[in-house]
Amino acid sequence: MTDSPEQVIRNVLADLPRHRGVVVDSPPGAGKSTLVVRAAAHIAATGEPLMIVAQTNEQVDDLVARICDKHPHLTVGRLSAGGYVPPLRMLELPGVRVGTRIQDLGDPDIVIATADKWAWIGERVWPWAIVDEAYQMRSDKLLRIAGLFERALFVGDPGQLDPFSIVDGDRWSGLSWDPLQSAVSVLLRHNPGLPVHRLPVSWRLPASAAPVVSQAFYPFTGFRSGTGPGDRWLELTAGGMGTVHDRALEEAARSGWALLELPNRHTVRTDGEAVQAVALLAQRLLQRGAVAGSEQGERPVTADRIAVGAAHRDQVAAIRAAGLPPEITVDTANRLQGREYDVTIVLHPLSGRRDATAFHLESGRLCVLASRHRHACVVVARAGIAELLDAHPSAEPVQLGVPVKFPDGWEANQAVLEHLSRHRV
Amino acid sequence: MTGLMREGDPVRRLEVLRGTTPPRPHDARAIAALAANPGCARRALMDGAGIDKDAAARHLGFPAPFGQSPFAITRGNAFEALVKADGCAELLRMLRELLGLPIAEVAYHDVENVGAHLRHAHTRALIDRAARDGGEGAPSPEAGAEATAPPATETAGPGEAVSTAGTLYDHPLLSLRIAGHTAYLEPDVVAFQLGGRFRIVEIKSFAVIDGQADPSSVAAAARQAAVYVLALRTMLEELGHDPLMVSHDVVLVCPENFANRPVATLVDVRKQLAVLRRQLDRMTTLDRLLDGLPDELTFDLRPDEDGRPTRPVAELSDALRRTTARYAPDCLSTCDLCFFCRDEARQEGASDLLGRQVRDELGGVASVAEALGLADGTRDPAEGQEEIARLLRNAERLRRECLT
Amino acid sequence: MSLLTSLARLRALDEGIAQPVATVRHCHLAERPMVFIPLKLSGEAAAPLAAMLGTDRGDPRLLVVPQPRNRDLRFAWAAELAGVLLPYVEGFLGDTETVERRNADPYERTVDAPQIIVPNQGGMAFVRLLGRSTRFRRTDGPYPVPESVPLLGRWLTYFAERAAYPGSSLMLAATDELGRHWASGQSSLEDANLAALLSWITTGPSDDAEDPLVWPPAGPATDPGFDAEVLAPAIEGGSPERVAEALRTQLEPTWRLMWQAIDLLAGLPEGASVAQRWEQDRGSFSGMAAHVAEGTPPQARRDGAVAAAAKLARMERAQAAYDVQRAYDDPLVMAEYRLTGEAFAGEVIETVPDNVEGEGRSRKLRPLVVIKTDDPVRLAPGTSLGTPQRRTQGAELVSADDGLVTVKITKGMGRGRTAAPGAVPEVGERVCYTSLTDDFQGSPSLPESEATPWTHGGPPQEYTPDDEDAQEEWS
Repeated sequence: MTDSPEQVIRNVLADLPRHRGVVVDSPPGAGKSTLVVRAAAHIAATGEPLMIVAQTNEQVDDLVARICDKHPHLTVGRLSAGGYVPPLRMLELPGVRVGTRIQDLGDPDIVIATADKWAWIGERVWPWAIVDEAYQMRSDKLLRIAGLFERALFVGDPGQLDPFSIVDGDRWSGLSWDPLQSAVSVLLRHNPGLPVHRLPVSWRLPASAAPVVSQAFYPFTGFRSGTGPGDRWLELTAGGMGTVHDRALEEAARSGWALLELPNRHTVRTDGEAVQAVALLAQRLLQRGAVAGSEQGERPVTADRIAVGAAHRDQVAAIRAAGLPPEITVDTANRLQGREYDVTIVLHPLSGRRDATAFHLESGRLCVLASRHRHACVVVARAGIAELLDAHPSAEPVQLGVPVKFPDGWEANQAVLEHLSRHRV
Repeated sequence: MTGLMREGDPVRRLEVLRGTTPPRPHDARAIAALAANPGCARRALMDGAGIDKDAAARHLGFPAPFGQSPFAITRGNAFEALVKADGCAELLRMLRELLGLPIAEVAYHDVENVGAHLRHAHTRALIDRAARDGGEGAPSPEAGAEATAPPATETAGPGEAVSTAGTLYDHPLLSLRIAGHTAYLEPDVVAFQLGGRFRIVEIKSFAVIDGQADPSSVAAAARQAAVYVLALRTMLEELGHDPLMVSHDVVLVCPENFANRPVATLVDVRKQLAVLRRQLDRMTTLDRLLDGLPDELTFDLRPDEDGRPTRPVAELSDALRRTTARYAPDCLSTCDLCFFCRDEARQEGASDLLGRQVRDELGGVASVAEALGLADGTRDPAEGQEEIARLLRNAERLRRECLT
Repeated sequence: MSLLTSLARLRALDEGIAQPVATVRHCHLAERPMVFIPLKLSGEAAAPLAAMLGTDRGDPRLLVVPQPRNRDLRFAWAAELAGVLLPYVEGFLGDTETVERRNADPYERTVDAPQIIVPNQGGMAFVRLLGRSTRFRRTDGPYPVPESVPLLGRWLTYFAERAAYPGSSLMLAATDELGRHWASGQSSLEDANLAALLSWITTGPSDDAEDPLVWPPAGPATDPGFDAEVLAPAIEGGSPERVAEALRTQLEPTWRLMWQAIDLLAGLPEGASVAQRWEQDRGSFSGMAAHVAEGTPPQARRDGAVAAAAKLARMERAQAAYDVQRAYDDPLVMAEYRLTGEAFAGEVIETVPDNVEGEGRSRKLRPLVVIKTDDPVRLAPGTSLGTPQRRTQGAELVSADDGLVTVKITKGMGRGRTAAPGAVPEVGERVCYTSLTDDFQGSPSLPESEATPWTHGGPPQEYTPDDEDAQEEWS
């Protein structure tokens, strides 16, 4: 039996003073931000200054808001680059100061910035740091900022997309400090004794999704959903017309998943039919007045609670051009990392492809797309993906001294596809 | 398999496909290559039937472009001899260092010394005894770990400190079931056993330089080693032992830097094992491919008494064309029949010639003429081709604008 | 590769001749390049067998190891190679210019630099390995080598390292450069064969190109058939002349192909940014020469944590700049971005040169330009744009509808109340705008190697080449 989430958090906090670094693996929606906020308050309570590192400005702003909301007595310095325009809501928060230099911030309890911004800061050492989204951070970024702190808590999701580079980094493969590896991989290879905790419960994913995502993408560690089978529901208040799109939404409302399968055809990436299907699904979802019920109560699924995900930027552009309400988020897997919605509509990365490439098979890509939802996920794909996986030549090069990464993209795709096939319309 | 009961059951059908040509034994390299292009029906059928693709290609006038230099062969043999000299003394030194084991002594069994027909039985008996003697009380290297533990390099466990005598089995003869046949694997491998744990040792003569080796060579070695791991696991299972007594970390022995001195590296072959299992499973579903073929179809080379093929080339070529190939330029480094299929693709004007990526980009357009017709606007897009036609026309417009 | 290149390949296949994918040359081509065709012994990592090299197409030097398993002969070969390459490299050191720098002392940069051209990626890899296997050798002790051998190793290592920087021209692979400028009617895998690729570009495809008896492989691997039937007997025969003649037959055809490749590339006009990248190459070369002169130790076996991160940052920077510069230099490369909607070109149909934004002191000149385009524009309003027609100018997309795009110029139109003459395009002018801009901000500093943090293993042990390095067997 695994520890309760509360116990894990206590273990993490207890480990902080005992180790130079503590790592917490957090599957999708397992309360990573909650942990960061709680650990921040815990450290601030000791009176020692703390720096927080996140990867994007949105993540930084989000954390600032959460900290101020939970712990209004804490003072927070938001360090930013020159061109950054803080959102209005941030300027209204008491206890928050925004500035481009450390000197501008006064002497707050917590200073928070992106890794890129921290890399320009020097000549001061913080006793504590929290590094958020540490698996999406490249180790060369960590190298630039690790001199700023004495001890650190690293938090992130190991199942999402790995960091990448536009240049070939094979020359460094096998080195324990390979700059293209994630910050956590490099940290743990040099400090194998550091404790690694795992948050065991996803509060985001419903009971219909947690086992699927857990088995496909976290086969060795696993997690469960915080809610039971009947705790989340999705109702379509307006009646349907029996179209395939309506039936897909009904299946998704009923079971949490739906696969809208289009006829098997090899297409261009911006497959017009698939793009249209995605757009129609989103429109119908709004038209049918979806209402989501959960432990947080009942609320309508408004456009801002819906996301559409795809693998490529040109697909995203094509879907946006198909005339969706602007409040619906349409983005690539890379940019949907760390986000949460009630319902997601996903254009399957392998839909219409003739050959699967390493890009399409990367398990993190599908993991992100299949784990953003609180209620339901509708996948649009052309038939034939099973055959495509079957015909995939498996001859990936092997680098000596590089630990094998699991799950295998092929296996993960296969597992998700098999599950989806039970919800096909 | 339900097909077994039907007329034209798969095993018999595969024999008809092969005809009077003697089957080509499946060695580990050939089995590992099954995954090179699983979408190719032609290759799947030929491999399933045990047909010598190299001989067929030569007979067709499209000999495979794979040759090995005598220098490379000499070098490989010399290196292997060096590693195995004095009862594998070098190998033992490396295993000690690599596994961090206090191996006091090691027994060396060369199974090759047994007559060829007995070798498989002898291997079986040796492995059985080792598993029984060493296996008692010693946990298997990753008992259940494949399913539950995060990937990690193994370290010496409690069982290993106790047992200090290991055994090296050279040239063990292992087998695997492939498409209904038992394939005996060429015994060019060493199995190491200590305390009831087995490890496959693969000796290769490509260099490891400053810790790095050619990734495609390592991948090929890992695929082959996985074949042996699976065969050894299968043998143990048949003998009633825990198959996971065979480690998924194989020992790769290569020359280090620019010298002849060997260096051993652990290579985790779990992914290659998964791929191999998938491909072997697929080989049992060949009946689907066979169903579509004419009953009398055969790839027989009709060898004469001296083994020279006598079948008219045009006839063999026609027979092969009755099956669908999935040519890709990658075949040029993995399949004996590559030049034959490339020639076929050229005759058909197939865009496959330009590579998988180009083929994929063209959406559903398979032929060169069709794609160019759409680009020039001389051809109307068929249903479903409107988008690629628009893209191609746009690309053509841009190229013309920039080049005139 | 993009659909534009795929289309060029389809066209090449259909017409039986390669098609251009560039209108200008994107690499620097030296006046006196050093063509270097190495061959290695099959089955070995980097055991040299022979090389043909030189700067004069009429006078190639052939260097042969008559008995490739003899290590003394291999080192003698390396010394011979050094005897050709080092004078070539050092010949560029005499003529320098002084370069002033902001926040740093001025430095001396050579006015020209060496350029090595090998046939293919395999040749590049061989140069790297040959450098690795020679740079640590000692001139004293148990296995002494001539002084020039470790120096050669350091230079070869440098050239191989520098070749990893996108856009660098200090060492080029002929097949790579040809492939960047022409699309053949075969796969990119087959383009690695120099003879095959050249035949597509010049006369059309030929099966001879794959026949090792007609066109021996361009190295570094030799043809296995040649090894078995010609080379092995020649070596066993013990006659150095026979071995040399056998290897000459394998190298001479490639030698001719290499110069043909150089002529083809020389026939293209040089891209506008090539000189700027070559200037960086010259700076880098001068830096390396200074290191050598100062007597710093040879390059380490592998990069440490800080060195790796620094190199990665420089390589990424070089890649980004190279991509942008090629597009700005070459309309056919820019067309790839137009096809994907990241750039558009067309005719100016309307301008508002005196458009202003803001009031009073914050009143700013923001000339508007309306362009009619046939390109599919996939850029959001507010996107920053650049234009090859006015490289110092900055612009912003205002709107894009129905083939009409409105752009507002935000930077580089002069400081006056009205735009500088020529800053705003005239009605009727053809212009191109793209979101692809080279606005590099500089990268933050890294710790000193001695201050490598605990997350990356702490300060590394100082690297000093030891006897083991120097004595490493060369079997």
